[in-house]
Amino acid sequence: MAEKVIQTENLTKKFGNFTAVDNISFSVDRGEVFGFLGANGAGKTTAMRMLCGLSYPTSGKGMVAGFDIARQQEDVKRNIGYMSQKFSLYEDLKVWENMRLFGGIYGMRDKEISTKTDEILTELGFINERNTLVKELPLGWKQKLAFSVSIFHEPKVVFLDEPTGGVDPATRRQFWELIYQASDRGITVFVTTHYMDEAEYCRRVSIMVDGRIEALDTPANLRHQFNADSMDGVFQQLARKAQRGDN
Amino acid sequence: MKQFISFVKKEFFHIFRDRRTMLILLGMPIVQIILFGFAITTEVKNTQIAIFDLSKDISTQRITEQLQASEYFTVTEVLNNPDDIDRVFKEGKVNLVVVFGENFSDNLLHTGEASVQLITDATDPNQASMLSGYATSIVTSYQQELMQEYKVPFQIIPEIRMLYNPQLKSAYNFVPGVMGLILMLICAMMTSIAIVREKELGTMEVLLASPIKPIYIILAKMVPYFTLSFVNLSTILLLSVFVLQVPVAGSLFWLTIVSILFIMVALALGLLVSTIVDTQVAAMLVSGMGFMMPVMLLSGMIFPIESMPAVLQWFSDIIPAKWYVSSVRKLMIEGVDVVFVLKEMIILLVMAIFLIVISLKKFKTRLT
Repeated sequence: MAEKVIQTENLTKKFGNFTAVDNISFSVDRGEVFGFLGANGAGKTTAMRMLCGLSYPTSGKGMVAGFDIARQQEDVKRNIGYMSQKFSLYEDLKVWENMRLFGGIYGMRDKEISTKTDEILTELGFINERNTLVKELPLGWKQKLAFSVSIFHEPKVVFLDEPTGGVDPATRRQFWELIYQASDRGITVFVTTHYMDEAEYCRRVSIMVDGRIEALDTPANLRHQFNADSMDGVFQQLARKAQRGDN
Repeated sequence: MKQFISFVKKEFFHIFRDRRTMLILLGMPIVQIILFGFAITTEVKNTQIAIFDLSKDISTQRITEQLQASEYFTVTEVLNNPDDIDRVFKEGKVNLVVVFGENFSDNLLHTGEASVQLITDATDPNQASMLSGYATSIVTSYQQELMQEYKVPFQIIPEIRMLYNPQLKSAYNFVPGVMGLILMLICAMMTSIAIVREKELGTMEVLLASPIKPIYIILAKMVPYFTLSFVNLSTILLLSVFVLQVPVAGSLFWLTIVSILFIMVALALGLLVSTIVDTQVAAMLVSGMGFMMPVMLLSGMIFPIESMPAVLQWFSDIIPAKWYVSSVRKLMIEGVDVVFVLKEMIILLVMAIFLIVISLKKFKTRLT
């Protein structure tokens, strides 16, 4: 049986009377690419923030990378990577300075940082951009770079919050290749997205509606279960049930 | 620790890469000191005056010469007719007319009393009172001269002494104010902008999801601005000593201590603002309107607090810069012992502790 890297049991987050995340229970295997879908306001971001140790659950349990998200936030944070939907590198720092900064934040040694930097830049074909300020790179490159930085310290899990917003399809394809490479190395990828074609790339997908997980399975099984010919069809059927508005 | 150092490095990079902002931050104190010191001066220099002399004797001549010789006045008109007084004022040729009565010398020597009339254009009351003050002191000094010459024992000379600022240099007044203003700008405004920028750009989320402790993020942001404010503090002090000739009369050590206290208050204010607002523009507005304006208007930097309405006087008490400016004035210009600024220091200390506690609490609650 595969190692469970993320595991939640009845995880709930309430803000006053509002239940943002309502009793969700699921688990993600090591190295899995897990799609976390839901309309705006369905509770994705809140759930993800709890898993990242950014927010305390109101009730329920969650384990990430072997640590309790309510009590061992420090350890959780040390073992995860995070890429936010807003662009998350420093534009006024050079490419290598960004890498050194994040390497430093995660406590990597200088030598380790510099070999890893060269390795990643070569792999991405960015080696000539080492000393370029990040703001001078095209968006697609920045996004790829941001992903590489988020897994720079070889975390057990990486959380990607709508990582490919505003990127053209060709770059998105390349971006997903990077995701697969990371997954092959054993890094679990937890990704939220709005693009239903990207949902197809995930090994398993969960769909949140009004704070609850309404469906969770492989894309193929979901299509079969909801009798739809694409993930978009599945999503539409579920999203229509939503009571909450768009925010 | 290594986390912290790489983070501080990054903050310095942010500042150094933004050449324009850095130039403004480093150049601002220089420009302000020079502006306040030379351009926006409330001092009187080379004011054009007219003399209407009915005596034309040795004493009036000497006084006229002394007025002319002083750097404050230039005699441009000599009047012969009382009607001319009105005319020269209306034409805007002069700001002050000195009128000597008849038999000035005789009266002075024999009765010990002679009249000199100082007529000023009081449309600018401040300037008018200042001009008459200067002229009076020149006349008085002539009287003193006479007294020594003739040893007339019964003559009573009114003595005007300007404490601490005998030449009435306005630089003495605004240097502490500029210090307060610059420190507020660098520490409160720049710190709040720097923190809010990370929120706005979304990098704050990434940092919070990393193992670095939030307190380190904050401290690392403060280190460069703390350094910068010391650079500015030394610039201001050097400029005021060597360019404006305003000496540091008191203890430099205590001046530094009280500045550090004020910097703490300002940094805490900056942090507090950053927990309240979400955009850099808002941060700039809040600290600009909320901190900089009161520093300029209510700290006693430009307008004396004593002449404000009572309500504003109470209000000025909660402005940290008021206490800072007052203590710098005492320490730097009056050169008093540190015990005389204990009150100010205690108030600043209490404010610093209070603000740091509140802002750290607020910063923490934002995270969960």
